[in-house]
Amino acid sequence: MRRLKWSPCGNYRINYFEEFKVFETDFGYFFLVLFLIFLACLPLMTGPYLTFIFNIIGINIIAALGLNLLTGFTGQISIGHAAFVGIGAYTSGILATKLGLPFLVALPAAGLTSAFVGLIFGLPSLRLKGLYLAIGTLAAQFIIEFVIVRWEGLTNGVAGMYMPKPTIFGINVGSEHSFFYVNYAIVFLMLFFSKNLIRTRIGRAFIAIRDNDRAAEAMGISLFGYKLLSFAIGAFYAGVAGCLWAYLTSAINPDQFSIGLSIEYLAMIIIGGLGSNLGSVFGAVFLTSLHEILRVVAEYILTVAPQFVTILMAIREFIFGLIIIIFLIFMPDGLADRWRVVKAYFHLWPFSY
Amino acid sequence: MAFFIQLIINGIVVGGIYGVAALGFVLIYKSSRVINFAQGDFLALGAFICYALMVTFKVPFIPAFIITCAVTFCMGLVLERLVLRPMIGESVISIIMLTIGLASMIKGIIYFFWGSGDLAYPFFLSSKPIIIGGIFISPIYIGTIVITAVLLGVFGVFFKYSAQGIAMRAAADDQMASQSLGVSVKRVFAVSWAIAALVATIGGTIIGLVNGLNAQSLSFVGLKVFPVVILGGLDSIIGAIVGGIIIGILENLAMGYLDPLVGGGLSETFPFFILIVLLMIKPYGLFGIIEIERV
Repeated sequence: MRRLKWSPCGNYRINYFEEFKVFETDFGYFFLVLFLIFLACLPLMTGPYLTFIFNIIGINIIAALGLNLLTGFTGQISIGHAAFVGIGAYTSGILATKLGLPFLVALPAAGLTSAFVGLIFGLPSLRLKGLYLAIGTLAAQFIIEFVIVRWEGLTNGVAGMYMPKPTIFGINVGSEHSFFYVNYAIVFLMLFFSKNLIRTRIGRAFIAIRDNDRAAEAMGISLFGYKLLSFAIGAFYAGVAGCLWAYLTSAINPDQFSIGLSIEYLAMIIIGGLGSNLGSVFGAVFLTSLHEILRVVAEYILTVAPQFVTILMAIREFIFGLIIIIFLIFMPDGLADRWRVVKAYFHLWPFSY
Repeated sequence: MAFFIQLIINGIVVGGIYGVAALGFVLIYKSSRVINFAQGDFLALGAFICYALMVTFKVPFIPAFIITCAVTFCMGLVLERLVLRPMIGESVISIIMLTIGLASMIKGIIYFFWGSGDLAYPFFLSSKPIIIGGIFISPIYIGTIVITAVLLGVFGVFFKYSAQGIAMRAAADDQMASQSLGVSVKRVFAVSWAIAALVATIGGTIIGLVNGLNAQSLSFVGLKVFPVVILGGLDSIIGAIVGGIIIGILENLAMGYLDPLVGGGLSETFPFFILIVLLMIKPYGLFGIIEIERV
């Protein structure tokens, strides 16, 4: 067995294979295993409500990963991500309630349906870029919302749908705790896929398109093809997130997938860090926890002084906007960059200089 | 036939309002290339400040309106200095998110002071509609059309003849060249935000007079602006008004003829269907400058 590497004090890479490693040292794997063990024990220590919140965080991580692939890595701004989450949720809802299909079929079906619709709304990206594309995806948001509300035969309109409990090979995974393991298995699969996609030809093509589309075209990258692919993959992530959401909350209605949620996803990747998978994770954890903390504080205040309902809502809106602006002005590279700085500081810790 | 004409007239009025809302948006885009997602909340804030002056401080409408305009003008200057200027040169996504954050903060302020319910101005115009051949025209409608026309004229003259207006056009055309000729680009940005906030106040107050005050529906008008500006061309002032009126008419026709077919709700979304089609076939709009860039 080779010797374990902990912390190299310089750059010892001698070939490209070493350059492309996810973890440079065995230290990274050690912490990954430690973190996985911690995560596996987490639901054993917490009650159902907190586990529910962890599940929501996991779902938001998946959706944010998809949006980051599209907006952070490929540079195609989407203000309609929540609509694709909605498509995923409704696809799984329709498949589960009308056709009685099991969870493991509904999950990929939701992703693929969403990806297909993503392809359609990605078509304008052939001619549009930057803010024009952003406005186009804004229109996609409203159109998809409208279709979901109005296609009552399929979606029950504003009344919403009720989901059956998810089962995997006959085992009920509907409780918060068992769903947690299913959910995070999928989160890690999606994270693993996203991380590795960026290291392939496709991922590098995405980054090339973001950095300079004309130069990328000149290098032989088919812009249209890769942009559409990016839309499809981003929407696939959203669809999977939507399916998990539908099974977790067991009731879906069109209001949940409004433009407010789309903005929330954008805020997640901005706060976490554009063009960073770790950033999607940080952003989703940060923003979901923030909302939860604000909600708990608000509930506490309401028990003391119930007349403050609208004021608390106002403060929530205000804080949300303020955090986005503060991050954009003072920390434009997001939490992922802070994490990098902290890691670099502790790299050779007691002897930094 | 009377039904059709009524729809057209309603459409022109609603469209005039969209046009005024879009005007502020276009002013900002024209001079500083910033997409302002907070335009709707600017409308709402102006309308609510005017409401507060009239109801809480008992100021009559005309002085209250003038004070509101002054306040929002200054607010535009301050916002530009504090929030927008640090972002000059950042990417499109950062600037879009910045204005979204701004929108959220303004919404918070409005909820804080006035709540999220419906409010109405204390009444001051006669509501007795003028009836011509079975068509109802309320005085507020005529007021809206007059104000829209006046604004269009004022801004047309401002951009054509005044030194500041010419400086703003120059900065929009080529920032570096205009700066080398002595135009203060910073001042241009500040003035364009201030004027946009001012125009938003006018628009918001009109909507408040016609439909009553509601923070959510007022800020939704800010999103309806997008089909309007894409149709008119993102950087054209006349385009904003013409686009607004066309979108307003189409929306009202959709409300009259298509909504009964699908069971309502289509008119709210109809402008966005138009938007998608426009983006596919004519993304630079009717009057926009065509920046040819093939990728």
